[in-house]
Amino acid sequence: MLIKGTVHKFGDDVNTDDIIAAKYLVTTDPAELGRHCMENISPDFSLQVGKGDIIVAGKNFGCGSSREHAPLALKGCGVAAVVAKSFAGIFFRNAINIGLPFVELQDTGEISEGDVIEIDLGSGEISDLTTSRKYRTRAFPVFLRGIVEKGGLINYVTAKQEKKNEGGKGKEAGKHPL
Amino acid sequence: MGYTIGEKILKAHAGVKDIKPGDFIEAKVDLALGNDITAPLAIEEFRKSGAGRVFDKNKIVLVPDHFAPAKDLRSANQCKVLADFASCQKIKNYFEVGWMGIEHALLPEKGLVVPGNLVIGADSHTCTYGALGAYATGIGSTDLARAYIDGKCWFKVPPTVKFVYKGKRNKWVGGKDLVLFTIGQIGVDGAIYRVMEFAGSVIKNLPMDDRFSMSNMAIEAGGRAGLIEPDETTFNYVAETGRKTGAKERKQWPALLSDPDASYEKIYEWDISGIQPQVACPHLPENVKPADKLGKIKVDQVVIGSCTNGRISDLRTAARLLKGKKVKAGVRLIVIPATQKIYMQAAAEGLAGIFVSAGGVFSTPTCGPCLGGHVGILTEGETCVATTNRNFIGRMGSPKSFVYLSNPAVAAASAVTGRITHPEEI
Repeated sequence: MLIKGTVHKFGDDVNTDDIIAAKYLVTTDPAELGRHCMENISPDFSLQVGKGDIIVAGKNFGCGSSREHAPLALKGCGVAAVVAKSFAGIFFRNAINIGLPFVELQDTGEISEGDVIEIDLGSGEISDLTTSRKYRTRAFPVFLRGIVEKGGLINYVTAKQEKKNEGGKGKEAGKHPL
Repeated sequence: MGYTIGEKILKAHAGVKDIKPGDFIEAKVDLALGNDITAPLAIEEFRKSGAGRVFDKNKIVLVPDHFAPAKDLRSANQCKVLADFASCQKIKNYFEVGWMGIEHALLPEKGLVVPGNLVIGADSHTCTYGALGAYATGIGSTDLARAYIDGKCWFKVPPTVKFVYKGKRNKWVGGKDLVLFTIGQIGVDGAIYRVMEFAGSVIKNLPMDDRFSMSNMAIEAGGRAGLIEPDETTFNYVAETGRKTGAKERKQWPALLSDPDASYEKIYEWDISGIQPQVACPHLPENVKPADKLGKIKVDQVVIGSCTNGRISDLRTAARLLKGKKVKAGVRLIVIPATQKIYMQAAAEGLAGIFVSAGGVFSTPTCGPCLGGHVGILTEGETCVATTNRNFIGRMGSPKSFVYLSNPAVAAASAVTGRITHPEEI
């Protein structure tokens, strides 16, 4: 799977209150959450970000609370993927579970705001089309790829259960609603 | 090679013969917790999956505590989603306003978590129960929905980092200070995707409430869990909640200690004899300084409460400092007991009266101001010292407000002087 988009840069320790402040956690609608994404640290972000854009950040992206509204808000405002030096544990799970692509890359400092980059999730390669630099990253572990390929955790589990219940003749799980 | 306590619990619940950091496992959980912010999303996902009934109505806990008692119409709607789901699924451990408390104080108090349990909660501070020797960890709403379906959760087994505390705690130094000190030393990603294990003579002598404060903030260093080996202190606490602690239960205890040859990624060892109460300055919990080295920082508001420091011993400490004193003019003091039981205790012991007489308010249990929900939002330019756990930009309201994190003694002393104050000063 190839993801190509314009880069929005953020620093280290972008926390879930930055991504979506708690006062907006009175809805589960990604579009509404998306309108307030990054509001506390970048008030115009939701207006500037375009569908398919990519966030490139420093270490510990998504630290703080467990709110799944954070990756939902990112998806809701059009962010197609996040590249960061490292991801906080719960954000990591949530992104996998709802199918928000993300990649760990140490050299995020070399990528600039406004660059157009292309991420090949299959091979783990990132190409900065603006600077013509290429970066190799680790491909997803098999277990996590299994969840992502099913379209998220719920589909992964229901498919497993159907397989069990129907002796291996489980029907195809539908596309994950998120 | 032996196992750490965290690895032992994960191994037992995954039903595997061996376990090592980096392994992906699927484990059966003993308890799955959700609140008024995270459970509605989980319930929505559960319904979409078409699963029908939850895997076990006795292993699900629902606590409306973040925006409850409902702060506005939309919060009321979210609380109602929990109530309706609990009713239709016959979930016993749903705690309505009047019975609820801040979830991470409530669950241990109700005896819902015991040593050796595997607990997942759609709330990052679920790691609090590590103080009981339970592997407890924050997960997301979709994880919770999945647990509702089949009672399981996936884990990537984290490496364990051990923190050994030696020496003698100074007066006014508690679990909150030890954990702030730790985060100050290693940073907010110092234990990213690691299990933190707190050990040493200081921990052995640490009261249960202080242990909860420590494990609670493991997440603030990126920790997936903050474990403490269960001992007599744990055992006595669990017995008080009404859970059985007989010979049969005790027999399980040796299995809940880390093996002598367990493998740790890193071991930190600190003599904490010299440390003073610690304060985390805006806007990260790692910006830690001793309370007496801060200079003059005026405060507009003081909050004593939260899943970190809203327990009875926290309120007793604060009341001891506030007794017979007045809150500085122009400063708002908000005290929030974490549960109904603590509220009643505080009333019976005269603590509530001390807070109100001093010019503070004494609120019903809620997470409220900690996450900028309600009951004490900060406006532009305001500064708050709080016994809570996060001081991110805009955490308690305006992105142009400032939050300092401290223990209850520092918070209470600061309410009296109107600036962040070492308790020794008053």
